[in-house]
Amino acid sequence: MAKNILAAALVFLLLAAAAYASFFIAPTDAKQGLIYRILFLHVSSAWTGLTAFLIGFVGNLLYVWKRQPRWDWLGVSAVEVGLAFTTVVLVTGPIWAHPVWGIWWTWDARLTSTFVMWLLYVSYLLLRTLVEEPDRRALFSALFGIFAFLDVPLVFGSIRWWRTQHPQPIVMGGADSGMDPVMFRVLMFAWLAMLALMTLLLRQRYRLEAMRSELESMRHELEAA
Amino acid sequence: MSLLPNAAVLLGKELRTEFRSRELLTTTIVFILIVIVLFSFTFDPTSDESRRFAPGLLWLAFLFASSLMLQPCFLREQHNDTLSALRLSVSDPFAIFLAKLTANTLFLLLTELLLLPIFATMYNVPVLSVLHWLVLVFFLASLGISIAGTALSAISAQARMRELLLPLLMLPLLTPILVASTEVTKALFDRAPYVQWKGIGFLAVFDVVFLTALWLFGEYLLEE
Repeated sequence: MAKNILAAALVFLLLAAAAYASFFIAPTDAKQGLIYRILFLHVSSAWTGLTAFLIGFVGNLLYVWKRQPRWDWLGVSAVEVGLAFTTVVLVTGPIWAHPVWGIWWTWDARLTSTFVMWLLYVSYLLLRTLVEEPDRRALFSALFGIFAFLDVPLVFGSIRWWRTQHPQPIVMGGADSGMDPVMFRVLMFAWLAMLALMTLLLRQRYRLEAMRSELESMRHELEAA
Repeated sequence: MSLLPNAAVLLGKELRTEFRSRELLTTTIVFILIVIVLFSFTFDPTSDESRRFAPGLLWLAFLFASSLMLQPCFLREQHNDTLSALRLSVSDPFAIFLAKLTANTLFLLLTELLLLPIFATMYNVPVLSVLHWLVLVFFLASLGISIAGTALSAISAQARMRELLLPLLMLPLLTPILVASTEVTKALFDRAPYVQWKGIGFLAVFDVVFLTALWLFGEYLLEE
C-alpha cells in the first residue's frame, strides 16, 4: 500500500515537472505561438498509447503461446490504458487544430488512422464483454488483438498514401523536418512522464483484472457446489 | 502434404451447400441492389459526380454486404455440431479455413461481377474497356475481405450478439481494403483510365499479411 502511494506520488511529481517544462522551459513556437505547447501532452500521449498497444500485442502473443491467464490480464490492461491515452490524443488534437488549422477535425492521415485504431481497440473490449467463457474470451480477444495490431500499420499506410494532404512528420520526418533541441528534450521528458503514468495505471489495472478473474472462478465454484 | 487435397474436398462441400439453396448469393445481391439505389438519393448521380462517388459507394456496399454474407460461414456448422466433425476429418485445421475463405472469395467475386453491369448502367460509368483490371481488383479485395472475415466469423459465431459483433470487428479491420480498392477503382473510372499499381500492390500485401496470420493462428480459432 505504502509502495503504491509512493509510486503514485513519484509519477505525479514527474508529470508536474513535465508540465512545468512544457509551459516555462520550452521556447514559444515562432509560427504558432503559445497554443503549440499542447504538443507536449498530445504527442507524448500518442506515443505512450502506441507503447501500451505494443505491450498489449506482446501480451496477446504470449497468451496464445503459453495460455497463462496473466498474459490475458496484461493484454486487456494494456489495451484499456492505451485507449485512455489515445482518447487524450483524439481530444487534444481538435483543441490544437482549431486555432492553428481553423477547423476542429480534418480527415488527415494521422487523425483518421488514430481514430480507426481507437475503434479497433474499442471493438476488442466489446468482444470481451460478449464472450462468456473465460478461457475462450481470453483466446479470442488475444487473437483479435493480434489481427488488430497487424492491421494498424496497414491502416496508417493506406490512409497516408491516399487520403491526406501529406503534412510531413516533424520528428524522424524528411530532410526539412526537425525541432528546436530544447523543445525536443522537453518532449522526450514529457513522454517519459507519460510512460511512468502508463506503467502505474497498467500495474493497477493488471491487479484489478487478476482479482476480477479470481472472483469469477470463485463464483463458478460456488455455483458448481 | 494433405492440406490442398483436404481443402479441395471441403471447398466442394461449401460450394454444394451454397448452390443447392443459393440463399447467400441471392440475399447478398438483393441487399447490394438496395444499397445502390438508396445511395443514389444522397447525391446527384450525373456522370461527373458518379465518377467521384461511385467507387467509394461500390466498395462500401460490397463491404457491408460481405459483413452480412460471412455471418453463416461458421454459424451453420453449429446447428449439428459439424465443426467437430470437420476438425476430426482433416489433419491440418488450416484446410477448413482455406476451403471456407476460397468459397467466400468466389461468392463475393460472383456477386460483384453480377452486379457490375447493373451498377455501371445506373451510375453511368464505363467499365468494359477496363474490365480485366476491375476483375483483378475485385479478386484481390474479395480475397482480403474473405481472409479477415472468415477468421472473424469463427470468433463472432461463438459470442453473444453475433450478428452485430461481426461487422463491428470486420469493418474497422478492413479499412485499408476499402481505401485501397476505392482508389484503384477511381483511377479505372477516370476519364483517362490508368492502372494504379501502388494500390494493387497494397491489396496484395494486405492479403499476404492476413493469410500468413491466419495460417499461423487459425487453428486456435477452432479450439473446443
